[in-house]
Amino acid sequence: MLKILRPGLLTTIQDAGRFGWYHIGMPPSGAMDQFSFRAGNLLVGNDQGAAALETTFLGPDLEAAADVTVAVTGAPLELRLNGEPAPMWVALALRAGDKLQCGQAVAGVRSYVCVGGGIDVPELLGSRSTYLLGRFGGIGGRMIAAQDVLATGAPRRSATELTGRRLDPRLLPTFPEIAELRILMGLCSYRLTEESIAQFLSTPWEVSTEADRIGYRIHGAGFQFRDREPPFGAGSDPSNVVDVGYPVGSIQVPGGKEGILLMRDAVTGGGYATIGTVIQCDLDRVAQAAPRTRFRFRAVTIQDALRLRAQYKARLRMLADSLALFDSVGRLGQ
Amino acid sequence: MDVRYDFGGDEYIFVDFDIEMSLEVNFKILSICQEIERERIAGVIEVCPGNASYLMHYRPEEIDPEKLVKELRKLEHQADHITSISSRMVDIPVLYDDPWTKECARQFGERHQDPSVTNLEYLMRINGFSNKQEFIEAHSGRPYWISMVGFVPGTAWGYQMVPRARALQAPKYVRPRTDTPERTVSHGGAFMAIYPVRGPGGYQLIGMTPVPVYEPEGRLIDLRETRILAKAADRWKLRPIDLDEFNAIRAEVEAGTYRYRIVEQEFRPAVYFEDPEGYLNRLQEEAR
Repeated sequence: MLKILRPGLLTTIQDAGRFGWYHIGMPPSGAMDQFSFRAGNLLVGNDQGAAALETTFLGPDLEAAADVTVAVTGAPLELRLNGEPAPMWVALALRAGDKLQCGQAVAGVRSYVCVGGGIDVPELLGSRSTYLLGRFGGIGGRMIAAQDVLATGAPRRSATELTGRRLDPRLLPTFPEIAELRILMGLCSYRLTEESIAQFLSTPWEVSTEADRIGYRIHGAGFQFRDREPPFGAGSDPSNVVDVGYPVGSIQVPGGKEGILLMRDAVTGGGYATIGTVIQCDLDRVAQAAPRTRFRFRAVTIQDALRLRAQYKARLRMLADSLALFDSVGRLGQ
Repeated sequence: MDVRYDFGGDEYIFVDFDIEMSLEVNFKILSICQEIERERIAGVIEVCPGNASYLMHYRPEEIDPEKLVKELRKLEHQADHITSISSRMVDIPVLYDDPWTKECARQFGERHQDPSVTNLEYLMRINGFSNKQEFIEAHSGRPYWISMVGFVPGTAWGYQMVPRARALQAPKYVRPRTDTPERTVSHGGAFMAIYPVRGPGGYQLIGMTPVPVYEPEGRLIDLRETRILAKAADRWKLRPIDLDEFNAIRAEVEAGTYRYRIVEQEFRPAVYFEDPEGYLNRLQEEAR
């Protein structure tokens, strides 16, 4: 069990996500930076998708109400255990009464507090993830508050087995100020002129302050539309289309002034033209992009996207393998 | 019809049937989506019907995207026209021109085409109405066909079942608002939509319903199963009410005793296209 002393800025319970309900308007939610989240779960011996805490800019202060193993991953922040500096990306053993303080992120946005056994809240539609806009999942669909006591599941492995496990630093993500995002252009990009598409792909886009789990508004050169007679039912603005489903990762261009890159709490459909979809593994980078971060978009094909997806999955497998190696070397040394 | 298949990144396929809205196309999409669900294609997570398109979510580890597109094209050609759709008639009380949405429209005026008038007045002007009562009668007279569900849980696109020449139209906001009150009745493009929760949006704001279209707590009996009122192929009949009735219904909703007026019916597209007005009148009579 974990007791929340201070909740941080915006801390929610998230897991791998809630899938299969997009058709009723329910987005997947789930950890925004899946790689860091899954790495944290691996460290504490969980399934990769076990529920954890996702922090935003400023993490929570927690007290262990019972012995528990914890790993903090994702955006680097100043982590303290009972007042002493403690490392991230390492399994830490907390005794009942120990206090863990997660400070402010020094780069990136979101960190993950993963707990042996996972955070145990009821599953709703197959997931424990919090969907704030829909007031759904997690604890009553809301962010974590001071005095909350979070139940944890039965840990798979003992604290003695887990403590001190660390990941190969070469496999850990970086948090750059300029992020390249790979995108499949298409969907309703037929609404844009050729020049506008070329400009979108050749100029930088800056993350605005309106950037959250629903979507990231990005500012740059703007968009120019092809002339047309508005089709029946679309609306007269050149960016309007008859309402379509929006993939998670797609970019819509309301009014042509800005882009909105939809994230895991996305609105599932609507009437603005979408111009392409960022590949799923690059959404981890978006999740860690603070306002004023610059994006550059690179167009890829479906074949490229599948190759990059396979590489991402391979990196996750290497994480698991490096931990198995650490475990066996650790045992040999004893 | 030239159907367009496109990849939405590495997990989605977007299938676009038409750039304009029509019930003919929407009926066809609903039938294909039902066919896809029956087929249970390995690797398909779900299919989301849109107004004139659909979006499929799948796992590329389990089915090759190019192969999936081939399967979907085959289903597109196989899908027969639906002869009968089970469709519910749902009563939706609405307080038009309410104070809350007018305040919201004022707050986001700088994102609107014409902040000097209310959104309802803007819609009247665009659609050639000078009398507010006549506009409300036009907006609420015929039922709305629920052609798509999505945006946020419980949102539904309602397409009014009138000849195209009589359809009310509206542009969306120039820049979407970051906030909209819960249960706002709105109009954008040729669609009516009710905001299930407070949140962002771009439709024109014209009224408010006292009844929830999404209830995450699951207190109201009629929403307990899915927590959501809308189903694709519903017909929603808006009914103008005054503030007293609005408050009375709110009290029932808050007490958890409100029951929606829902009547299950079989809807026959072919009969509808033959005599829309007569058929809708007959269905409405039956529903009483």
